[in-house]
Amino acid sequence: MYSKEFLTHIYTQLYTIRTFEMQCIHLYRQGMIRGYFHPYTGEEAIAVGVCAGLGDNDYITSTHRGHGHCIARGADLNRMTAELLGKKTGYCKGLGGSMHIADFSSGNLGANGIVGGGIPIGIGAALGISLRGEQGVAVVFTSDGATNNGIFGESLNLAAIWNLPVLIVVENNHYAVSTPIEQSTRVPDIYKRGPAYGIDSFSVDGNDVLKVYEHAQDAIARCRSGRGPVLMEAKTFRFGGHHVNDPGHYMPKDRMAYYKSKDPVLVGRRYLMEKGGATEDEIQLLETSITRKMDDAILFAEESPELTHEELMNIVERY
Amino acid sequence: MTDTVSQNNTMLSRTITYRDAINEALKEEMRRDPSVFLLGEDIGERGGSYKVTAGLLQEFGPKRVIDTPIAEASFTGIGMGAAISGMRPVVEVPFVDFTMLVMDQLVNQVAKYHFITGGTRKVPLVLRTQGGVGSGLACQHSQSLEAFFYHIPGLKIAVPSTPYDAKGLLKTAIRCDDPVIFLEHKLLYTAEGAVPEQEYLIGFGKGGIKRPGKDVTVIAWLNMIPRVLSAAEKCAREGIDIEVIDPRTLVPLDKALILDSVRKTRHVIIVQEAIRRGGVASDIASIIQEEAFDCLDAPVRIVAAANSPIPFNEALEHTIIPQEDDITEAVYQIIHKS
Repeated sequence: MYSKEFLTHIYTQLYTIRTFEMQCIHLYRQGMIRGYFHPYTGEEAIAVGVCAGLGDNDYITSTHRGHGHCIARGADLNRMTAELLGKKTGYCKGLGGSMHIADFSSGNLGANGIVGGGIPIGIGAALGISLRGEQGVAVVFTSDGATNNGIFGESLNLAAIWNLPVLIVVENNHYAVSTPIEQSTRVPDIYKRGPAYGIDSFSVDGNDVLKVYEHAQDAIARCRSGRGPVLMEAKTFRFGGHHVNDPGHYMPKDRMAYYKSKDPVLVGRRYLMEKGGATEDEIQLLETSITRKMDDAILFAEESPELTHEELMNIVERY
Repeated sequence: MTDTVSQNNTMLSRTITYRDAINEALKEEMRRDPSVFLLGEDIGERGGSYKVTAGLLQEFGPKRVIDTPIAEASFTGIGMGAAISGMRPVVEVPFVDFTMLVMDQLVNQVAKYHFITGGTRKVPLVLRTQGGVGSGLACQHSQSLEAFFYHIPGLKIAVPSTPYDAKGLLKTAIRCDDPVIFLEHKLLYTAEGAVPEQEYLIGFGKGGIKRPGKDVTVIAWLNMIPRVLSAAEKCAREGIDIEVIDPRTLVPLDKALILDSVRKTRHVIIVQEAIRRGGVASDIASIIQEEAFDCLDAPVRIVAAANSPIPFNEALEHTIIPQEDDITEAVYQIIHKS
């Protein structure tokens, strides 16, 4: 039983992330965004479903594919877009860009340019919570690619032996850049690694926002009551290559078609209509308002100033 | 309070070891601030490889003195996560050689966070570790790797050579909002020196004159300091007055102290235990030639280890790293040549 209000919130986030990504891909292709841009399209349900279960005092760490987590934690579209355009009004004052967005005000300790780099950092936030005797929880978003890195195993072990309140979410999109998961592990079900460390683990359909939410809720409750950590594997699929300039030709067409038929944004839209009783008109109104917000964010970013060299030197003076 | 208590104020001093000075700094800061905690291998019951944390588990319990498995990269990263969310961890990696396992967390995470957050968030993390050539510990337990950290913007580096410096610098490091690599030297743990009973801090970027002199400036740190001091005594008997400068922190570097001394003595030797190539000494030499070239009566000399891993064999170990004779020889040459 979900309220219309809750389902509207969920769909708003799903649609906002999708809109943000599509618009920014467009800006990237126009040359307005430089560097690497790793879209989260096709994976939106994971960030939205997990973050819907978090409170103000909880933390997350994110991946190099981090825009979705940032938005799902409540980040401001203006500041996000400004960051991607390298502007002073961005979350990192234009110093970090797409791969490094951190929004401390929403407990987002940061995206990460290093695959697996954020895993111990999120667990460290959980250690802090535990040492202070607080009720908070930390969520570590990571990926199937990161699970073959030593830091994953080390960190899971530490989280386990110290009973930390951390939910480790492995977003299994089946590819580490272009390497399919079947080629990088004999056990493509990542959740099966958890029990070896003494961690309760499960797998969930990462394209179904309500399934993600329900499982995450349960896992977060376990963490809050001192029965963490928990490992959740969310199976999903990228809707394209590794980044905007990667056409992803290595991704099988039939598999892509299957996952596109389970588009998490459309799933969320259907839930809002079927379970929330929203009408097509209401949803279209919502979508229009999100599109408009994104247009405003782009305008804000475009008109924002850049940090000056002098301002940069003030920041790095202490280094 | 910063550096107000003079090392020479013997009225308030007693003599303790470098190890005990570090232990006292940790204890005092843990008593003062409940957010300070320790994380590292065997630091609890055993007190660490060099017994620096002995007794702290008994006083502060296992929530503040946390023994870790052998997982340097992740426990350092966990320290960072704790640091950016409200704690003040002191992470111990028993040998500097093992910090090579931690480089992603140090270089890409810890050192970048302040920058990534547009200069708004701090990482109050101290990484204590120990390096240098010891007594036959061979090439994977004997390195002097300060240049690795020195090269990374965003990390501060403390290099104490005396018990007094070790205590005052560590207390500052723990209170510092920026990440600090606190490098100790394995041969200094049993070194004794005067340490005041009352509290004091040593500010970063303030070097010390370990011996005043007028003829040659010798810059050194960590275990090269006692070696340079004994070389200086030998030179004094031959009428050469050496000024020994210890920067105490390599980042930030007390350029003013170094340049003032250079302008006075007009001769500079930099002694580092690390290998010659790509070292901190080379950078200090470049700063001196850039900013005080006109004052020099001779080229800046660097006395450093050979570009070699450290041999296990004792005689060879000695030939690799600077000894007292290497330092005095450099002094004679620089004086003679000018």
